[in-house]
Amino acid sequence: MKWAVVVFPGSNCDEDAAGAVRRVTGDEVDMVWHTTRDLSEYDAIILPGGFSYGDYLRSGAIARFSPVMEGVKEAAEQGTLVLGICNGFQVLTEAGLLPGGLLGNHHLQFTCGMVELRVENANLPFTSAYQEGEIIRVPVAHGEGRYYADEPVLDELAMHNRIAFTYQGEVNGSVRNIAGIANDTANVLGLMPHPERAVVEWMDSVDGRRVFESMAAYHAKRGVVHAG
Amino acid sequence: MPADSTTQGQRTAHEKSMATTHAANEPSPEQIREHGLYEKLGLTAPEYEAVVKRLRRLPNYVETGLFGVLWSEHCSYKSSRKYLKTFPTTGPQVLQGPGENAGVVDIGEGVGIAFKMESHNHPSAVEPYQGAATGVGGILRDVFTMGARPIAFLDSLRFGPLTDPHTRYLFSHVVGGIGGYGNCVGIPTVGGEAVFDESYRYNPLVNAMCVGMLPADKIVKGIASGVGNPVFVVGSRTGRDGIHGATFASAEDPHEKERSAVQVGDPFLGKLLMEACLELMETGAVVGIQDMGAAGLTSSSAEMASRAGGGIELYLDKVPVREDGMTPYEMMLSESQERMLVVMEKGKEQVAFDILEKWGLQIGEIGRVTDDGMLRLYFRGEVVADVPVMALVDEAPVYDRPTEPPSQAELAARKIDEDELAQRIDSLLQGEATAATGRAERTALEELLRLILAHPSVADKRWIHRQYDTTVRASTVVGPGSDAAVIAVPGTTKAVALATDGNGRYVRLNPRVGGAIAVAEAARNIVCSGGKPLAITNCLNFGNPENPSVMHQFKEAVAGMSEACLALDTPVVSGNVSFYNQSRGEDIYPTPVVGTVGVVEALSHATKSGFKQDGSSVLLLGPPDAGLDGSLVVQLLTGRPQGDAPRFDVDAEARVQSVALALIRRGLVLSAHDVSEGGIAVALAEMCVSGGMGAIVSVAGALQPSVAERIGWLFSEGQSRILLEVSQDHLDAVLTAAQEAGAPCAVIGRVTGNSLTIVDTAAAGAATSGASRTAGWEPQSEGADVWLSLPITELEDEYKNAIPKAMEH
Repeated sequence: MKWAVVVFPGSNCDEDAAGAVRRVTGDEVDMVWHTTRDLSEYDAIILPGGFSYGDYLRSGAIARFSPVMEGVKEAAEQGTLVLGICNGFQVLTEAGLLPGGLLGNHHLQFTCGMVELRVENANLPFTSAYQEGEIIRVPVAHGEGRYYADEPVLDELAMHNRIAFTYQGEVNGSVRNIAGIANDTANVLGLMPHPERAVVEWMDSVDGRRVFESMAAYHAKRGVVHAG
Repeated sequence: MPADSTTQGQRTAHEKSMATTHAANEPSPEQIREHGLYEKLGLTAPEYEAVVKRLRRLPNYVETGLFGVLWSEHCSYKSSRKYLKTFPTTGPQVLQGPGENAGVVDIGEGVGIAFKMESHNHPSAVEPYQGAATGVGGILRDVFTMGARPIAFLDSLRFGPLTDPHTRYLFSHVVGGIGGYGNCVGIPTVGGEAVFDESYRYNPLVNAMCVGMLPADKIVKGIASGVGNPVFVVGSRTGRDGIHGATFASAEDPHEKERSAVQVGDPFLGKLLMEACLELMETGAVVGIQDMGAAGLTSSSAEMASRAGGGIELYLDKVPVREDGMTPYEMMLSESQERMLVVMEKGKEQVAFDILEKWGLQIGEIGRVTDDGMLRLYFRGEVVADVPVMALVDEAPVYDRPTEPPSQAELAARKIDEDELAQRIDSLLQGEATAATGRAERTALEELLRLILAHPSVADKRWIHRQYDTTVRASTVVGPGSDAAVIAVPGTTKAVALATDGNGRYVRLNPRVGGAIAVAEAARNIVCSGGKPLAITNCLNFGNPENPSVMHQFKEAVAGMSEACLALDTPVVSGNVSFYNQSRGEDIYPTPVVGTVGVVEALSHATKSGFKQDGSSVLLLGPPDAGLDGSLVVQLLTGRPQGDAPRFDVDAEARVQSVALALIRRGLVLSAHDVSEGGIAVALAEMCVSGGMGAIVSVAGALQPSVAERIGWLFSEGQSRILLEVSQDHLDAVLTAAQEAGAPCAVIGRVTGNSLTIVDTAAAGAATSGASRTAGWEPQSEGADVWLSLPITELEDEYKNAIPKAMEH
C-alpha cells in the first residue's frame, strides 16, 4: 500500500503522520509537497496537522487553493482514502470535501491534552478495527476545533452514520460533540484528534493505531475484490 | 546574484577613505559629540571617548549606533563578563561550550543535543504576547542555527500576584504568545515553571529554552570565514521594528520606553525559515549562520566576523526592506524577526537561492567576507561606516562594578522572627478555636497544606500547558507536570530529560546557596525522571548592576552555581544575562534560572512523579530536615521571605542524586519526586494527586512536637531530598543501596486508600520506630497523633483549581 502525506508550508504533523503509518503498517510513505498536482499513484492520502500557510486568515482557507488539493479532490472522487487530521480536517471542510466547518474553540483558548472519544461508526474504512461504542483515548491540540454545521447537515450526517467519533465530554464546543466525520462515500475522513500521537505504549495510548490499521485492512480487502 | 560592479568599483575608490558620509537628516559627527547625542544611542561619555580614541576620529551617526548596540549590556555582557568567565564550561560530554549561538552536549550514538535559554523580560513587560512570542522565536533560531532540529521548548516564567488584574493580563498574554509561536512552528512546549511573587509585579520574567538534536559531528557555527565568501540575509524583509531593542533591554524602566522597540513575530515565517535553513545546512555549503536577534544585522555581522578574526563588508542597498527610505542606521539596528545572516561557500550561491525560493522566502546577497578586520558598510555607493570588528566586539568595555554585601543589620533582619512566626501560628490556631484541642492543630495544619497547594507557584499548571501543544512531533514520553519532561530522541533508543529551575526567594536570602540550589534542583528533577544530568544553560535575571548590592548578588550567585555545576558535573554550555530588571525603583529578587539537559539511556527509565501502585512503600531519600529557612510556608504566614536559604550541602546532593539515578536505572523505583517548594507535605500531596492514590505517612520523632515543629517537618524546603515509591519486593535492595552509598534513606509510609494522612507514631507508644523498614501504623492504631488527613479529592480541588479560579476574574 502506498501512502502520501501532503506537506503544505506550515504543516507540522507531517513527519508524525508518516512515522505513525510506517510504525503501524510498515508501508511506504511519500512526503508530497503542496505544488504536486498528481496523486493518482497513491492508495491513501493524509492531510496532516499544522498551520498551513500560517492559517492567519482562517484555518485551511488558503490551503484549499493549493495545487495539491486538485489532486486530492480527484483522488477522493476515484475512491482513494483521504484522512485529514486536525488542520487536515479544516482543509477538507474548506475544500468542500467534507461538510461544515471548524470554528475557534468555545473557550477561546488553544487546547491540548488526552481526550476520550466514542467510536460512533465502526464500519468506515478508517474505523473498522474499532468496536462501535468503544471509548478510546487520543490527544487533541487545536485552537480552532469547534465543529459546526447547520441542523439539516447534522441530521444528514447522523442519518447516514457519517459521524465517526464524538468527544466524551466538552472539549471545544463542537455541535453534537463531533470530533470526526466522513463524506457520503465514506472514503474521506476528517478528525480533530491526533491518532498519529497515540501509536506506541510510551505515548500514553495506542488507541490511534487502529485508524491506520483499518485503512490498511480496507485497502487489502479492496485489492482482493479488485483482483477478483 | 553577485555584488554588482558599481558597488565593487566604488568600494575600491573608497577603500582608504574614512567613513565620514552621513545622511542629510542625521546629525554630524561633531553634533553627536557636542550635544552628547551618543547617550541616546546607548553610549556613556567615557565609552564614546573610548570609541573616538580607538577610531582616531569622530564616529558618524551610523558608527555611533553600531557601538551603542554592541557595547550595550545586552550584547557585550560588560558588567557580567568578569564573572561569567568563572563558570565551569568543559567536560567530555561538551561538544560546544559558550560563545556560539547555543551549547551542544553529546548523548552518545552520534547524537548531539543543542540547547540554550534566553530572557525576553523587558519586551514582555510592555507587550506580553509579542514579547513572549518573539522570545520563543529567537531561541528557536539560536538552536536551529547550530544545524540542530528543534525538539522541545520550556519556559520559565515569573509574575506578580494573580490577584492583580494587570498580572492576569501579562500572564495570559505571555502564555498566549508562547503557545502562539511554539504551537505554530510545531515544536512541543513540554515544561518549565511559573512562579508568582510580589517581586515580579512590574517586571515579569519570561525565559524561553529551546532544545534541538543534531549529528554530533555536524555542528554549524556562527562564523564568517573564507575571504570572498558571499554573505546573505534570508527570511523576512527588514523593517523599522525593534530598533533599539538591545539598548532598551539594557537600561532604564521599560515602561517609559516606546512600544516600537518591541518586535512582532511571525511564527509561520519562523517555521519556513527553520525548514529552509536546516535544508540549506544539510547541503554542507553553509560556512556560517547566525540569527539576527538583538541588534539585528549589526551584531550578527560583527560577531560572525569576530569569530573568524576577519572582516565583513555589506552593501546595504541590497538588503530586502519592507519600506522605502530606510537609512543605513535603521537597517543595521532593525530587529525585524525571522531573519538570518548566512555565509555560503563562494560558487554555491545558487544552492541558497534555490532552497529559499522553494520555501518562498526572501534572500539577498548583501556582502562578502574580507580579511582586513573591518566592518564596512556601503550605501548608495558610499562608505557609511568603517570600523574595526575587534573594537566593536572583542574590545567592548568590561566593567568591574562595585559590589557590596548586605550589612549585618540587613542580615539580622532576614533571620526568621520566631516570635512573629509563633504569633501567626497562634492566630491560625485561634481561627480553628471552635474545634477541640488537638483537633484545632490538625485543622490548622490541614489548612496550611491547602493554602500552599492553592498557591499559584505550587498549584497545578495545567491552565498554562493546556494552551501549549505538548505532544506534536510525537516524541513526548513525559510531558509537563512531572519533575522533568522526557522527550524521545528519534533514531536512537534514548531520550532526553529537560527541566528548568530557579528560586528567587532563596537567592535573595542567600545568593551563593540560592545559586547552587538552582543548579542542584534542576539536576535533581532530571534524576527523578530517570536522566543523567549532562550540562546546563541559564538566564541570569538580576536588577540594576550599577547597584552594588545587586552586583554582590550576581557575583555570589554565579559562584554558588559554579560550585554546584562542578560537584554535579553539569558544566555551563550557554546562557544569557538580563540586568535592569527593576520597576518603580525596586530590583527584582535575584533570579538565576537554570535549564538542564540530561540523557535517559532507555525509555524504560523514564519515571513520573505520581504514585503508581497500591501497597508500595514511600521512602525519603536524603537527610531529614525541619528547618523553615527560606520556606514558602513562612512567607505565607508572615508575608515575607525569612531566614537563610534552605539547608543545602552539595556533596550530600551529589550522593543522593547518584543513588536515585542508579535505583531508577535498576528498575527499582515506581515513581520519584523531589522535595522542593512546600516541602514533604506538598511533594506527597502532588504524588497522590498525580497518581490518584492516597498514602499514609508516619512521622516518628520527638514526643508531641509543637505546632511549629510539625510545620517544620511538613513544609521544610531543606534540599537534597527525594521521595521514592518502591514496591515491597525491592525495598531491601533500595535501602541497602542507599546505605552503601552513604545516603540517608528511610521508609516513611505506604501508598494506600484515598486520603493523604500524616501521623506521628511516636505518640502511640507501641508504634514502630523511625528506623522501621515498613510503616507499621494503621489508621485504627490507638493513640496515634494524626497531624493531618485529607481526601485526595480535596487536595486535588485546591491543587487543580487554584489557577483557573484566579483567572476567572
